[in-house]
Amino acid sequence: MLKKCCVVLIVCLISFTQASFAKPGNLAEKQILRRGNGSEVQTLDPHKAEGVPASNILRDLYEGLTIESPDGKVIPGAAESWEISDDGKMYTFHIRKNARWSNGDPVTAEDFVYGLRRSVDPATGSQYSQILAPILNAEDIISGKKPVASMGVEAVDDHTLKITLKAATPYLLGLLNHSTTYPVHRGSVEQHGEQFSRPGKLVSNGAYKLKEWKVQSQIVVQRNPMYWDNDNTIIEQVIYLPIEESSAELKRYRAGELDITGGIPTNQYSWIMKNLPGELHVTPTLGTYYYGFNLTRPPFKDNLKLRQALSMAVDREILTEKITKAGEIPAYGWVPPGVNNYSSQSLDYAKMPKAERIKKAQQLYQQAGYSRGNPLTVEIRYNTSENHKKIAVGISAMWKKNLGIRTKLINEEWKVFLENRKQKKLTEAFRGGWIGDYNDAFTFSELMQSDHGINDSGYNSPEYDKLLEQAATESDLDKRRSILESAERLLLKDHAIMPLYFYVTKHLIKPYVKGYQPNILDHTYSKNLWISKH
Amino acid sequence: MLRFTLRRFLGAWPTLLILMTLAFFMMRAAPGGPFDTEKTLPPEIQANLDKKYHLDEPLLKQYGRYLLDLAQGDFGPSFQYKDYSVNELIAQGFPVSLRLGGTAILLAFFIGCLLGTIAAIRQNTATDYTVMAAAMTGISIPNFVLAPLLILLFAVHLGWLPAGGWNDGALLNTILPITALTLPYVAYISRLMRSSMIEVLRSNPIRTARAKGLPEHTVILRHAMKPALLPVISFLGPATAGIITGSVVIEQIFGIPGIGRFFVQGALNRDYTLVMGVVVFYGILIIAFNFIVDVVYALLDPKIRY
Repeated sequence: MLKKCCVVLIVCLISFTQASFAKPGNLAEKQILRRGNGSEVQTLDPHKAEGVPASNILRDLYEGLTIESPDGKVIPGAAESWEISDDGKMYTFHIRKNARWSNGDPVTAEDFVYGLRRSVDPATGSQYSQILAPILNAEDIISGKKPVASMGVEAVDDHTLKITLKAATPYLLGLLNHSTTYPVHRGSVEQHGEQFSRPGKLVSNGAYKLKEWKVQSQIVVQRNPMYWDNDNTIIEQVIYLPIEESSAELKRYRAGELDITGGIPTNQYSWIMKNLPGELHVTPTLGTYYYGFNLTRPPFKDNLKLRQALSMAVDREILTEKITKAGEIPAYGWVPPGVNNYSSQSLDYAKMPKAERIKKAQQLYQQAGYSRGNPLTVEIRYNTSENHKKIAVGISAMWKKNLGIRTKLINEEWKVFLENRKQKKLTEAFRGGWIGDYNDAFTFSELMQSDHGINDSGYNSPEYDKLLEQAATESDLDKRRSILESAERLLLKDHAIMPLYFYVTKHLIKPYVKGYQPNILDHTYSKNLWISKH
Repeated sequence: MLRFTLRRFLGAWPTLLILMTLAFFMMRAAPGGPFDTEKTLPPEIQANLDKKYHLDEPLLKQYGRYLLDLAQGDFGPSFQYKDYSVNELIAQGFPVSLRLGGTAILLAFFIGCLLGTIAAIRQNTATDYTVMAAAMTGISIPNFVLAPLLILLFAVHLGWLPAGGWNDGALLNTILPITALTLPYVAYISRLMRSSMIEVLRSNPIRTARAKGLPEHTVILRHAMKPALLPVISFLGPATAGIITGSVVIEQIFGIPGIGRFFVQGALNRDYTLVMGVVVFYGILIIAFNFIVDVVYALLDPKIRY
């Protein structure tokens, strides 16, 4: 009944061993890596953590059932192998016998059960546990309808873990390297309570252990000699520096105080290209920058032609070439390219020549009841930031030039903006951005469900909802894919949102840092890197 | 003097209470809460978080609870930095801000007074104009321009000093931020000192001193200095409180773990307890320094009697 997923495993193992063999002998004496890491982390409790800075550090400290190879493929982590049942609903994981916590305790299936249960337990107050919804009963536990023990996870013995799903979920293996699924060391959580994540108390099962945490100053992690694959770890120590301001980060990078930056100041892109060639790594990532139309209020309510005209009148190539400038990809679809088991969909006019596009936009604009003599006045609302402002100015200029629209720009502080966007009482056109949580189209598709919390356009299409429900229970990968693709086509046809560009991640990396490979989720494990002589 | 001290001490409490009350309710009036993110939380989790931080109680009750905790010296847990309490965050950040700010204000005081006095004695000479032109430049160039320039020159191009980071307060790491913090204050204090010194030098007691035939340095150091310092002292009170509670700009640019950043981050994240903690802490310092200024005033100025 159980089908061995040998092929997957073999492919993974091959790519993994290749990566290990590539490491050369020409190593620098000091293997200390200094990484710029954005803002100060909010917590190192993997089940409460959210945001990129914390995930970066947690990926070094902890190890999920699966991990990723340097190029982003899912490979065995704390579990050395697994089997998936034919209906795709049951996963049996075999935990490595040599997996150890940093204090020497063995890592067992029970640790994972404890971790997963703690994650969905409402008492923990995890702000990210919804991501575990595919696991049987997880959703009901999070909303307090079922007891924690009813979760679909079970330790068969010390080294065998069974996870039962609500429905087949093709992205489950990728999900299992998310911090909400990490095990935590039960003894130390119970002993230290909320302070278990402090240096000296934190017990972790990843390639590194926590050495020092000075708030707003630095977090230092040190090689964990108990880690099962410790022999292949080269970097001895990683120093994570919280630097919010990207121009300050660039200066410290130039002064030789940083090996990898968290980002770059956009306005210095040309300078960097000229002066630091080869050190800038720009990689497409799973993120979409878009404008939403509020479909619950005029002028966009029941006005498809107007929305379409506005969307067609925006020249995305100009936005990415003249404004964002760092290799962003013009977006004509909602789901970014490069997602597993999915082909990109795009707006029907994407291939139309530009002049024709604008002509069509003008026609639609007139059919919607507006003209140069009777122009539309519309508001663009965005959260305060230089980049968002430039884009809003660019778009309003295009709308004015092509259609004669008058635009009012309103910027608001982040939390005020979110509140207004959610309430849908003030907004007309508004800025949005979404970064996928895992490598699957669903992390984008689900946002536009009528009852989803971030559907701030108020898109309400019974047909779309039905397609997504179908996709959620479909175990045939190809069928699921075509359902999700047709859902996206529907969304684009309805012009509930106007995709503008797909995000890229930008890092400066010193030439002596080796082993880095770009990947779509922008996950870089320090254990895969090394520092060569320089 | 004792009665005066006591009166001032007791008078400080209502001020602090008003400050706290205003800050508490203004913070709550801002749209959005500490746990609002782009993602919408399931109601059950939201309820649990609210309960844990007592956000589910009526506002007045929360206020009362806050005051009670505060009376015991407890600022509460941080909403944003979930692994730390506000007390811990302030205890980590304040020594850093104190050291930077304290050094900067002391330096600014000595250099500023010296330059101001020199300019006043050489009034309307080339020396005076040079010092005042430099001071004017110092006042007009904001921190966020000066600091990156210093970094570019001394860290990136010359490589003499680190571009940022605290490194547990190693001397080399403090030089640039202290310089960037000090210069505008030097400029301000020297202008203040110059004008006040000029005024004092024209006063009757100084004319008398000169008429007695005292040497010029005695006139200046023994007789003019004390009264000329008064405006500088009254400026110094709030300035010290301001500078030792951290400069957001300098901390941001140099990556220094002081408490200035907590204030801004806390406000943006609606981290109620953290903002309140910093506000109350700042309030106490301002009141304390104003109090010290009053006492020093009384010591310096024989005209003031209590």
